[in-house]
Amino acid sequence: MLAKTREKIIETVLFLSAATAITIVLLILIFLLKEGLPILMKVGVIDFCLGMTWNPIAIAGEPEYGIFPMIMGSIYVAIGSLILAVPLGLACAVFLAEIAPAWARFSLKHAIELLVGIPSVVLGFVGLVLLVPFVRDHFGGCGFSILAGSIVLAVMALPRIISVSDDAIRSVPRAYKEASLALGATHWYTIKKVILPSARSGIIAAVILAMGNSIGETMAVLMVVGSVACLPSPLYDVLDPVRPMTSNIAIEMSYATGDHAQALFATGIVLFVMVGMMTWLSHKVLKSKMGTAR
Amino acid sequence: MNRLISPATPDRAAKVGLWASAVLSMAILLFILGYIVIEGISVVNIPFLLGSPVLSGAKGGILPAIVGTICLMAVTLSSAVPIGVGAAIYLAEYASDSVVTRTITFGVECLAGVPSIVIGLFGYAFLVIYLGFGFSILSGGLALMAMALPWIVRTSEEAIKAVPLTVREGSLALGATKWQTVSRVVLPSAIPGIVTGAILGIGKAIGEAAVLMFTAGSSLLMPSSLFDPVRALPYHIYILASEGISNPMAYGSSIVLLAMVLAINLGAIAIQAHYGRHYGRN
Repeated sequence: MLAKTREKIIETVLFLSAATAITIVLLILIFLLKEGLPILMKVGVIDFCLGMTWNPIAIAGEPEYGIFPMIMGSIYVAIGSLILAVPLGLACAVFLAEIAPAWARFSLKHAIELLVGIPSVVLGFVGLVLLVPFVRDHFGGCGFSILAGSIVLAVMALPRIISVSDDAIRSVPRAYKEASLALGATHWYTIKKVILPSARSGIIAAVILAMGNSIGETMAVLMVVGSVACLPSPLYDVLDPVRPMTSNIAIEMSYATGDHAQALFATGIVLFVMVGMMTWLSHKVLKSKMGTAR
Repeated sequence: MNRLISPATPDRAAKVGLWASAVLSMAILLFILGYIVIEGISVVNIPFLLGSPVLSGAKGGILPAIVGTICLMAVTLSSAVPIGVGAAIYLAEYASDSVVTRTITFGVECLAGVPSIVIGLFGYAFLVIYLGFGFSILSGGLALMAMALPWIVRTSEEAIKAVPLTVREGSLALGATKWQTVSRVVLPSAIPGIVTGAILGIGKAIGEAAVLMFTAGSSLLMPSSLFDPVRALPYHIYILASEGISNPMAYGSSIVLLAMVLAINLGAIAIQAHYGRHYGRN
């Protein structure tokens, strides 16, 4: 009887630890909403998300809270990083899974783990002292730019894209590859026409996840994008500075009060929702793969 | 034969391209690491490691930041590991496939996806203000716990699930209760995997300046209790670089931070190598 009670207590304690993660997520939601919802209601969700002007400390007139330029800023650097990191990452993954000899696989795998381990602030710092002057001297503009932000984010996204795509490629059944080779296709033709299409959903999931991570990344981006809360002009000018949502929170939270602080929490809500959607989408894509015959 | 290009040609070209991309990735990593080390190694010496900062870090050392970072890691470890391993045991050993379990797993996935700056905001609103912990080691460490927890749950769950079923059945057949089986038989076998996961989780969390800037404060004084504010190394690097205080000091601090992360990762690799592939984990 006593033993049974003890077992029950232990199970309850373990259950409570298991429930901690979801509790924290709920607490995060509650506190973001508690702090951010009042200003969202006051300004209006549509006006807040699509407003073009961010002027929280107005010297004359009403302060304005519009974060559309920052939502676009986040999207600009995230997509820029994908354009740079996906081709390289995918090529590395194919290399790892298909043609790397054991020693090359071993060293590249460990190099990737090291790259993941570099704290984002260190990458941002290297970007600040090397990349920003480089962009200024060779491409023009002030150096702090979408381009610099995209490159730093691409370095951060690269290891993740490589390792998830590598897994996806390696989980393609061997028989597919053997059948293609047996039909006389070359190795590259097999990779291109058989292996990559079969690994497609895993790779797409990796790319979506990388996009979510890039949107959510703070320190590395903050130090190189220039943090000007405007859309680039013209809209395709990647040498213009932008201010992603994460930078906005990081820069202004230290001195914001009242409505201004609430508006930053509301920016956090928008960020949370966007990144959450990316995570959800990548899980959906992976699930759809599970549904089909493998 | 009217084929002008043999099929072997694109094959060879593609392989050259793939090798080149692998070399490029390696080169990027080596370049970043090499650059920091070359620029900063002259700064790193004993007075730098054991001295106190002078002129907001432009001169002097970084000992308070190192101590602060280690204290934060200690708080994170001691909160995230018991909870994370407990959660992993529940998910791997007790949970049935029910709505509750799926909700729990979903929660872990969600938490893993929350951006670090949002965790920072939450830590500020909940830990610093609502619970009244102030800018402190405690607030910072607990906020980092939220970053490390999902990682620890996942790796521990994997390690526990990798213990073969027959081991459990043997123990249960001898009349042991479920908890006896888990605590005396399953967990000891899974320990290397759990420790590796915990170490790597801490290694990932500790670099998160975005979490620490709103929770741990930015004091450069030596902390004397859990409720004292500290400036963790990543945030110190950010301030040195972005406020233009001192680039050489920022390089030096980056080397120290990288060395800490590297030591953590090597520790994890060593533990894995020491215990070997006990039960055929990949």
